[in-house]
Amino acid sequence: MNKETIIKISDLAKIDIKDDQIDDILTSLEKILNLVDEMNSVDTDSVTPMSHPLNLKQELRKDIVEASNERELFQKNNKHTDNGYYIVPKIID
Amino acid sequence: MWESVIGLEIHVQLNTKSKIFSPASTSFGAPQNTQACAIDLGMPGVLPVLNEEAVIMAVKFGIAVGSKILDNSIFARKNYFYPDLPKGYQISQYEIPIVSGGTMEIITNGKSKIINLTRAHLEEDAGKSIHDLYPNESAIDLNRAGTPLIEIVSEPEMENAEEAVQYLKNIHSLVRYLGISDGNMQEGSFRCDANISLKKKGSTKLGTRAEIKNINSFKYVESAINHEIERQAVILDRGDSVVQETRLYDPSKDETRSMRSKVEANDYRYFPDPDLLPVSISQDLIKDIKNNMPELPSAKKIRFISQYGLNEYDTVILVSDRELSEYFESTLKDSDLNPKMTANWIITEVLALAKKAYLSVKDYPVSSEDLTYLLLNVTNETISSKQAKDVFERMWDNKENPRDIIENEGMKQISDIGELNKIVDNIIKNNYKSVEEYQSGKDKLLGFFVGQVMKETQGQGNPKIINQLLKEKLKK
Amino acid sequence: MHNKTVSELKKDLKNKKISSVELTNHFVDRIKSIDSQLNSFISLTEEYAIAQAKKIDLEISKGKIRPLAGIPLAQKDIFCTKGLRTTCGSKMLENFISPYDATVVEKLNDAGMVIIGKTNMDEFAMGSSNETSYFGDVKNPWNTEYVPGGSSGGSAASVAARLIPCSTGTDTGGSIRQPASLTGVCGIKPTYGRVSRYGMIAFASSLDQAGVFTRTAEDCAILLTHISGYDPKDSTSSRKNVPDYEKECKQKFTSMTIGIPVEFLEDLDDTVKEVFEENIKVLEKNGCKFKKISLKSSKLGVSAYQVVAPAECSSNLSRFDGVRFGHRANNAKNIDDLYKKSRSEGFGQEVKRRILIGTYALSAGYYDAYYLKAQKIRQVISNEFAAAFKEVDLILGPTAPDCAFKIGEKVNDPIAMYLSDVFTVSTNLAGLPAMSLPMGFKNSLPLGLQIIGNHFDEAKILSLAHHYQQITDWHTKKPKVSGD
Repeated sequence: MNKETIIKISDLAKIDIKDDQIDDILTSLEKILNLVDEMNSVDTDSVTPMSHPLNLKQELRKDIVEASNERELFQKNNKHTDNGYYIVPKIID
Repeated sequence: MWESVIGLEIHVQLNTKSKIFSPASTSFGAPQNTQACAIDLGMPGVLPVLNEEAVIMAVKFGIAVGSKILDNSIFARKNYFYPDLPKGYQISQYEIPIVSGGTMEIITNGKSKIINLTRAHLEEDAGKSIHDLYPNESAIDLNRAGTPLIEIVSEPEMENAEEAVQYLKNIHSLVRYLGISDGNMQEGSFRCDANISLKKKGSTKLGTRAEIKNINSFKYVESAINHEIERQAVILDRGDSVVQETRLYDPSKDETRSMRSKVEANDYRYFPDPDLLPVSISQDLIKDIKNNMPELPSAKKIRFISQYGLNEYDTVILVSDRELSEYFESTLKDSDLNPKMTANWIITEVLALAKKAYLSVKDYPVSSEDLTYLLLNVTNETISSKQAKDVFERMWDNKENPRDIIENEGMKQISDIGELNKIVDNIIKNNYKSVEEYQSGKDKLLGFFVGQVMKETQGQGNPKIINQLLKEKLKK
Repeated sequence: MHNKTVSELKKDLKNKKISSVELTNHFVDRIKSIDSQLNSFISLTEEYAIAQAKKIDLEISKGKIRPLAGIPLAQKDIFCTKGLRTTCGSKMLENFISPYDATVVEKLNDAGMVIIGKTNMDEFAMGSSNETSYFGDVKNPWNTEYVPGGSSGGSAASVAARLIPCSTGTDTGGSIRQPASLTGVCGIKPTYGRVSRYGMIAFASSLDQAGVFTRTAEDCAILLTHISGYDPKDSTSSRKNVPDYEKECKQKFTSMTIGIPVEFLEDLDDTVKEVFEENIKVLEKNGCKFKKISLKSSKLGVSAYQVVAPAECSSNLSRFDGVRFGHRANNAKNIDDLYKKSRSEGFGQEVKRRILIGTYALSAGYYDAYYLKAQKIRQVISNEFAAAFKEVDLILGPTAPDCAFKIGEKVNDPIAMYLSDVFTVSTNLAGLPAMSLPMGFKNSLPLGLQIIGNHFDEAKILSLAHHYQQITDWHTKKPKVSGD
C-alpha cells in the first residue's frame, strides 16, 4: 500500500483524493490493514469460504411483466434529463 | 508464416418477456427510459430477483451443445463505471457459470471440424449511450438495461474467417431453433466479439491477441477478421509486437481502430453478488427440458438427407432456418409431392422472392397449403413449370388464390395429344427449311420448334409432350 | 403519553382513550421542543403524519382497527419512504425524494403506524457514534457531550428521550445494538434474512439487517412480528414462518442454559464487568443456568468485518454517480470528471475511506488474501457459534466494551472506533439474531446486555429479555432531557 496504489484505487473508485490528503489516507488505510492482517493468525486452508449465512438457494421469479412506465416519477427531481433521456457530458469512444 | 488463432464471444439476448433481474418489459423499440424500473435504474435499496425463464433458456442451450449444466452456479459483480451501467457494476457470472464446455460442429469446404465451447453464462445487458443526439452531451437510455443475455465463449480454435463465420451462423441458427432468441444482429440481440492473434506457423506459443467489437452482421465478421489478421501480420512482419487492446470495427471504412475508453486495463474486481444466492438446477428440470427439446439443426439435417433424399447443399439451406424447414415439411405433408422438386422450388422461387422483400417465413404471403396445391398441379402436369412460376408470382404479390387462377382462367396445360399433334404437324409443314437443317444435324433447332408450338398454344402446351412429338415427327 | 409503551398505546388507541392525531401532535411537539438538544431527526414529517393520523382515526371510528393503528414511529433515514426525503445521512442524497417505499416501511404503514420523522444516522450507516452524518452529530440523551452510538444514533436517542415510542434501525456490525446499549433502550437485530432488505439502502449486503428500537422487550416483539417475513423482492429473505413474537415472549419462562464466552470478559472494563456479573447473578437467582463457553475467533470478527463490509459497500455505493439521482457536481469537464467530482463532493471522509479499502480488498492480486480470507474467517466464526449452540440455548455478554465516549474522542482514530463493535460484529458475520437491553450504568451512562441466539431463535431471546424486564427496572430509567 503506497501512494501509487492509492491513486490507482481512487481512480477505480472514481473518488478524487487531493495531494494533501494522500498521506492521511495512506496512514489510516495502513492501520486498518494491520488490523485486518490479524486474520492471518488463523489457518484457514481447509475452510470453505462462507457464501451465505443461511445456505439458501436462489428463488426464481416467473417471467411476467409487472412494472409499468414510471419515467416521470423517477426523473421528477432530475434536471439533467431531456426528452426522457439522462444527459451526461459527451463520451468519445 | 503466420497462423491465425480466433476465438469468438457471442452475446445473445434471450427473448424473455421480462428482464433477468426485474419485472420490467424487454420489448424492443419502446420510448427511451419507459421500460426501466427502479431495479434497472439502480435506485438506492433495490434488489435483483432471478427470472426463471432465463435460467431455463440457458439450460436449453447447454443441453443443445452437449455441455455440463453446473449446479449452484454463482452470479458475480463485474465492477466498472459507465453511464449505461446504472449500478456501477454488471451482474454476470465468473467462477461458476451455468453452462460449462460443449461443442459446435462446423463444415467448411466440405470438411467437418468440432469447435469446443469454453462456457456460457447468464448476465444482464447494459443500457444504450447515444452520442449523436446532442453536440456536447451523450444521451442515456436504460430500457435495455437488465435484458437477459447469455455470453457464449468458444475456445480459440478457429483458424480463419470462414470457420468463424460458420461457427457464428451455426450458433445463430441454434438459438433461433431453440426459440431462446430472435438472433437479430441489426437490432442487437446477437452480438459478436472476436479475439484474434497470430502465431508462427507450427508453433504452440500463442501471440498477443486483440479483441474486435461492434461486428453486427455476418458480412462484417468476415471483413473484420480478415482485416485484423492482416493488420497484425504487418506489425509482426516488421518485428514489432501487437498491443493487447480492444478495437472497434468500422464498416464504413472497413478498418478497426483502438477504443479510447478501454485503452487502460480495467480491474473488474469480480466477487460473488451478495444479493443473489447460488442457482440450484434440479435433475428433474434438466430431464424435463431435455424431453421437450425441439429437433436441432444437426439432427434435422441428417434426417432430411436420409428421409427425403436431398443433397447436402439444399439441406443446409432448408435447415438453416427452423421456420423454413417447417414450411418445407408442411408443404410436403400428406401429399405425394416429390421432396427434391419441392425443395428446389422453395429454394429457387420462394426464397428469391422472400429475399427481395426481406421477408421472414412467418410473413410469407403464400401458405404452405397453397404451395402444395400449386406444386401438385405441376406434378400431375395440369400446368407446366413455367405456368406455375407465373401463378406463384401472382399468389405472392397479389395474394391470389391458385385455385381461382388455374381453374377459372383455363390455365390448364394443353396435354391433349391429338390437339398438339395437329399443331406440331402445322409447324413442321410451315418450316420445312428448318426441318431440313435439323435433319442434317442442327439439333439445337429443336428449341426453335418447341418455341413455335408454345407460341401457338399461348404458352400452355405441355412441353414434355411437345418435345416428344417433335422428336418423333422430325425423325428422317 | 410519551412514557407509555407501544403495548399500552395500542390499548389506549383501541379504546379511544386517545386519538391518533392527539398522539401525533404530542410527539411532534416534544420533538420540536427537545430535539434541538439531540439532533436525532433529519426530517420531521409533520404534515404527512397528521394526514396519516386523521385517516387512522377515521378508520378506528368506523371499527377498523389495524394491529398498530395510530402508533407513532420514526424511520431511520436509510429506509426509502415514498414521497418523503430519504438522505441516508449523506449530502449525496440530501434532496432525494424516494419514488417508492421499502418493504419494512410498507409493512408498518399497512399495520397502521404513523411516520413522524426520519432519524439521523452515520453516513450510509458507516460509523459507531453518529459523528459522520452530513446533518450533524447526534447527542446522547443521558449526557449531550457524549455520543449515542451508531450508526442508528438518531433512532436510539429519540426512543431513549421519549420523543417517539419506537423506531426502526439497521445493524451491519452492531448499528442497532451498540447505540441501544449506549442510550439505555432495547434494540433487536433479527436473523439475517428474517426481515426484507428491499428499499433499505445497502451498505454491506451480506451483513445488513433491519430491526427496531423500543423501551421494552415486549414492544420489540410486537414490532418484530410485523416487519418479519419472506419478501419475493429480496432473494436473500427467508421463507421461514413468522411466529407471534409477543405471544411467544410472554409464555411462562422455563429455565434456559446460557453460555458466557470467556473471550467477552477478557480485558473488560472493571465497571462493565462488575455490572455484567451482577446481572448474571440476578438471572441465576431467577432460573437461568450459566456455562462458560469459548468463541476463540470472535475477536477476529472485527478484522474480517473490516474487509467484507467495505468490499461490499465499495460496490453498493457505485450507483451514486450523479447521473440518475443524487448529488451531481457542476462544471464537470467530462464523464470521468463528473463521477469523481460528484462522488468526492457527495461522500464524507469515513465513506470514502471504506470505499477505498473495499476497492483495494477486491482488486486483482488482493482478493484471495483479503476478501476470500475474510469469508473463511466468517465460516470459522459461524462454526464456533454453531458448536456453542449445541450446548447452550443463548449466549450472553456485554453489548459494548464500555459506556458512551465523548463526542470527538474517537472520530479521528478509526481503529478505536471499529473496536467498539468487537462484541457485535461476529453475530452479523454469522447471520445470528441478537438483542441489547439496558443492564445498568457507568458514570451515569447506560450499559447494555447482549443476548445472542441461534438462527431464527428470536422468540427465545425475547422470552429471556421479557423475563429479565419483569425482575429488573433498568429499562424504566429516563434521561433528564426527556423532561419528567
